[in-house]
Amino acid sequence: MKELVLLGDEALALGALHAGVSGSYGYPGTPSTEILEYLVDEFETRGGPVARWCANEKTAYESALGVSFAGKRSIVTMKHVGLNVAADPFMNSSLCQIKGGLICVVADDPSMHSSQGEQDTRYYADFAMVPLFEPVNQQEAYEMVAEAFELSERLAVPVIMRMVTRLAHSRAVVHVADTARAQNALEKGSPADWMLLPALARKNYAKMLDKQTTLREWAKDYPRNTLALNPARKDLAIVTSGLGKNYLAENMAEYADLCGKEGLPSILHVAALPFPADLIRSLAEKVETILVIEEGMPFLERQLAGILPGRVKVIGKLTGSLPRTGELNPELVRAALGLPARATALDGFKMPALSARPPQLCKGCPHHDSYSALNLAVERLNAKEGKVSTVVAADIGCYALGAVAPLKAIETIVCMGASIGMARGAADAGYKYAFGVIGDSTFLHSGLTGIVDAVASKTPMTVIILDNSIVAMTGCQPTMLPSNQLEKAVIGLGVDPAHLRVIEAKPNMIEQNAAVFMEEAEHRGLSVIIMVRECLEAHRLRKKKESAAGEASK
Amino acid sequence: MTYDIILAGVGGQGVLSIATIIARAAMIDGLTVRQSEVHGMSQRGGGVQAHMRIADGPISSDLIPTGGADMILAMEPMESLRYLSWLKPEGILVTAAEPFVNIPDYPEVETLYAAIRTLKRSRIVAAEALAREAGNLKSVNMVLIGAASSSLPVSEKALAQSVHDTFAKKDPKLVDINMKALALGEKA
Ligand code: SF4
Repeated sequence: MKELVLLGDEALALGALHAGVSGSYGYPGTPSTEILEYLVDEFETRGGPVARWCANEKTAYESALGVSFAGKRSIVTMKHVGLNVAADPFMNSSLCQIKGGLICVVADDPSMHSSQGEQDTRYYADFAMVPLFEPVNQQEAYEMVAEAFELSERLAVPVIMRMVTRLAHSRAVVHVADTARAQNALEKGSPADWMLLPALARKNYAKMLDKQTTLREWAKDYPRNTLALNPARKDLAIVTSGLGKNYLAENMAEYADLCGKEGLPSILHVAALPFPADLIRSLAEKVETILVIEEGMPFLERQLAGILPGRVKVIGKLTGSLPRTGELNPELVRAALGLPARATALDGFKMPALSARPPQLCKGCPHHDSYSALNLAVERLNAKEGKVSTVVAADIGCYALGAVAPLKAIETIVCMGASIGMARGAADAGYKYAFGVIGDSTFLHSGLTGIVDAVASKTPMTVIILDNSIVAMTGCQPTMLPSNQLEKAVIGLGVDPAHLRVIEAKPNMIEQNAAVFMEEAEHRGLSVIIMVRECLEAHRLRKKKESAAGEASK
Repeated sequence: MTYDIILAGVGGQGVLSIATIIARAAMIDGLTVRQSEVHGMSQRGGGVQAHMRIADGPISSDLIPTGGADMILAMEPMESLRYLSWLKPEGILVTAAEPFVNIPDYPEVETLYAAIRTLKRSRIVAAEALAREAGNLKSVNMVLIGAASSSLPVSEKALAQSVHDTFAKKDPKLVDINMKALALGEKA
């Protein structure tokens, strides 16, 4: 046994290595990024098992499936919204007889610290009828990986591990093994189990339904689903899931005082899905009310309300005992338990007006220069038409910060790749000048297909690819293809080379670049403009690496 | 024993390196540590905050409850006040004096100082001058840790060891500078 200080994400990654993972894939997305980062580092610098960044979550999931078909253990990592992109292979994989254990690690972001939605991955587990593991601390994140792989192989199902921001990005000491389990032998799955032709898929679907009984049995006995019964307390019982358990524990000492001689309510912690219905029934037998403390959406609360007899009242996020949105924390749980708020240094303090300090583009960021040129072009185009004739749709990445003052350059942010599709829609709807702004990595993630549509329909629109050579927002992961390949890819998709412009995003070229934007906007067909300049962070990292390499070769 | 600290500052100021050094010292002393940080969007010059919990037993929550922090340790004055609802009424606030101005509407710094001084236990440290005196403007973090050290539940020896371990690998010269910064902070 060793002791290491690890982020929740890192603990999970190390757990995968120690559980004999053979292939890991993913697309960067906060708060999941550090999982694959750790594994890629292990692969690239120490020759560990294969770990690779992918173009998007769907291709990552498909690669992991290939590893599983070949008999070996694989994981695929993404943030919650990434599972929407991978939903197609994910849902269908639940009908394959998984061979080598496959874990889909999804990091949810309650409170949207850096996301577009709060989406709760437990709904996907329920939708696909696959098991889901939910660690509550770094140690569990490390240990559960092995348990998840075993269940995946035993029942031949893909398994989800749900992380949340607060655990993914917290550090603590983790006790880890000194050795790793050996990787599985190379051995193909049976084609009948993996070819979802209708006749076979129907059989597999029946098999999946059959597995549900075994899964429910498993959930009842899974030792991390813990039930502490107190038959003396009749008015209330508590169900926790995810970090709800920790926030309850945080208040336990004071809550025990409050509960007095009647004692604490019965408490069930749900560490994994499917929902351990038998345990819930024993909990519910004699109580009047069940309080559900869960991180994310009111998932268990709804399920409970569905299975419990009408005399038991279920309270939680749907009934207002806890807020419906945002991240849980100790205070919210404290209030739900009926404990009074604590005194703070703020009581009686005269707070001066504090200014907000929103995130912003780095000083000197190339996006700033691209947007300044675009703003100039937009202003002139609208002035020329005498009315608003422009739409600027964008996407997710550092360049999303172009939404705020002083730039205010973009009008939409929906999901990876939506910029191109939305610009096309706006053009179809009648806006004369439609711009889709997309980063280089996002373009490879899900912009290519949008270009194909626009080529096919000869849509008059202008796609601007902000090529800063890196996935900057998530901490500078590599873009799948280097800058000089983007051009070829765009032309390969059928874009007229006469309307593919590659220009530099430089501060002294703003006038000149605005003129290029205006020129291409006037073209009544598809234009693609690639704005090239390295991200400052990427530049710094590259220089550091180069000088380290230089030192080493001396 | 539990000791909870809110670390506050602006993305890029080195809030997380303060956390690392204190955490390492606590571990040398055999204490339990949990530390929760904010990532993503907030890295680009936005406000950042980290929760650091030190105890001699298990710690359940990664987040410090409001009214639960024993200390706010801040890299700049406005951010030191932003998280005041976490501080216990008798908690201590330690902040660097120098404002980090990357927004157009930064408040009058004197107003901020005046408010900070009304707290029962607060310290405004001229961290930049001391860091410069130690030999490197980047050692502002170390000055602040030094200034907070008499209240932290870690031994002087562990803290020194932690600073040493952190910088020895990078550059031995940095060890001396940072040790000096730590000492100047302690005396501040
Ligand atoms: S990290 Fe790079 S892309 Fe992001 S704001 Fe800074 S310079 Fe721009």
